[in-house]
Amino acid sequence: MIHKFSMDGVNMVLDIYSGAVHVVDDIVYELVDDYKKYPKDELIQKYKEKYALSQLEEAIEEIEALEKEGLLFTEDMYVDYLSQFQGRNPIVKALCLHIAHDCNLKCKYCFAGEGEYRGHRSLMSAEVGKKAIDFLIQASQNRRNLEIDFFGGEPLMNFEVVKEIVDYARSIEAKYNKNFRFTITTNGVLLDDEIQAYINEHMHNVVLSIDGRKEVHDRMRYTVNHKGSYDIIVPKFKKIADSRNQTNYYVRGTFTRENLDFAKDVLHLADLGFKQVSVEPVVAPKEMSYALREEDLPMLYEQYEELAKELVRRKKEGQGFNFFHFMIDLTQGPCVAKRLAGCGSGSEYLAVTPEGDLYPCHQFVGLEEFKMGNVFEGIQNLPMQKQFQACNVYAKEECKNCWAKFYCSGGCAANAYQFHGDIHIPYKIGCELEKKRVECALYVTAKLAE
Amino acid sequence: MKHIKTLNTATLKKSMAKGGCGECQTSCQSACKTSCTVANQSCENN
Repeated sequence: MIHKFSMDGVNMVLDIYSGAVHVVDDIVYELVDDYKKYPKDELIQKYKEKYALSQLEEAIEEIEALEKEGLLFTEDMYVDYLSQFQGRNPIVKALCLHIAHDCNLKCKYCFAGEGEYRGHRSLMSAEVGKKAIDFLIQASQNRRNLEIDFFGGEPLMNFEVVKEIVDYARSIEAKYNKNFRFTITTNGVLLDDEIQAYINEHMHNVVLSIDGRKEVHDRMRYTVNHKGSYDIIVPKFKKIADSRNQTNYYVRGTFTRENLDFAKDVLHLADLGFKQVSVEPVVAPKEMSYALREEDLPMLYEQYEELAKELVRRKKEGQGFNFFHFMIDLTQGPCVAKRLAGCGSGSEYLAVTPEGDLYPCHQFVGLEEFKMGNVFEGIQNLPMQKQFQACNVYAKEECKNCWAKFYCSGGCAANAYQFHGDIHIPYKIGCELEKKRVECALYVTAKLAE
Repeated sequence: MKHIKTLNTATLKKSMAKGGCGECQTSCQSACKTSCTVANQSCENN
């Protein structure tokens, strides 16, 4: 399978099953569609009016050479390979700890329902947190690198417990030959110098929630008194990002139908000096006024393209920044096993509620039918864990023939469930945006390699 | 080559040899939390 696209005068051809990415001229860009359909002489006949014979022959020879090298028209060779991994017992290696089902902001679009996740306000106890660490150590079997994400609601509302859990994990990781990596996601309202120092000492990554321009941010992310939070958090976020030398963090925003010109928000964050930026599409029920619609896609595509071009310009001028969704390392990216398996929700990544209940991921929390067990007794619903493990790109009809399957790995199971009631049917708007982002990411890579 | 510039090699195919160790970061832990992308993660076993 190949996929080709042209952006800003750059023609690209992807060989999906080998992972090879090619930048091609106009002749190859046209020929590649017909190369497998016609014998060489007929192919030349078809294009001889448009291109010189010598050019056509040369281009065809180059295509032939790449095909022989296994870099074009490669066949799928992963179905059997995947079965090796699917037969294994799932290993849990990451937990999202819902430290607080409560929040000091009332963000309009929050999938957590202002922190409560379809339930009641609650804070995780240190006891539950420590049990979660014990559970992860046991369920991770021989995996060494383990991840804990302190999430909410707003985890800084229960920060003493965060510290107790970190101290506990650190006190036993050597004994079990584990390496814990901690991440905290915060809206920043309670961030102060002391908390910043603790985060910098102990957290591998910190995710700072901010949507972009002040008016955009404040329209969605406001306090209980309906006052915007932008002015409260920006100075704190700048300070912590600088204190981490502008690495190992993300400012992370959400765009909605109310700011379809979201490229401006990304650039606003870059202009504030942030070097690690992620701004992502809202996932909201269709009936919400701010939910993205299919008719918005053309504008969103334009925005991603505009952003890609601007990112290239800034990088070339030495003023670059990283945009999470445009980051692709073509040489050292994830292995095909990971790409096939997806994000790992429900099998290797689970969410833990303040009460200690286990769910497939943070977005499933509160959906009772997805409760998988708890940190005290472990996973009780093993068939569900197996079902999530088996939810790979080959298990989804829509993904099987999609060129982007090794980049997105089948998309988000929670989005699929939310829109179709089935984790195997991907959320269409999400897919279309993902495909555009992958094209933009590859375009950026090609431009920077010029 | 005059008409084609290849930006990488057959990385996916090669990764079959030593892939699947599972030590890499979980996708959602990095930043996304709502929109799954896997290709921008890095390998721990290079």
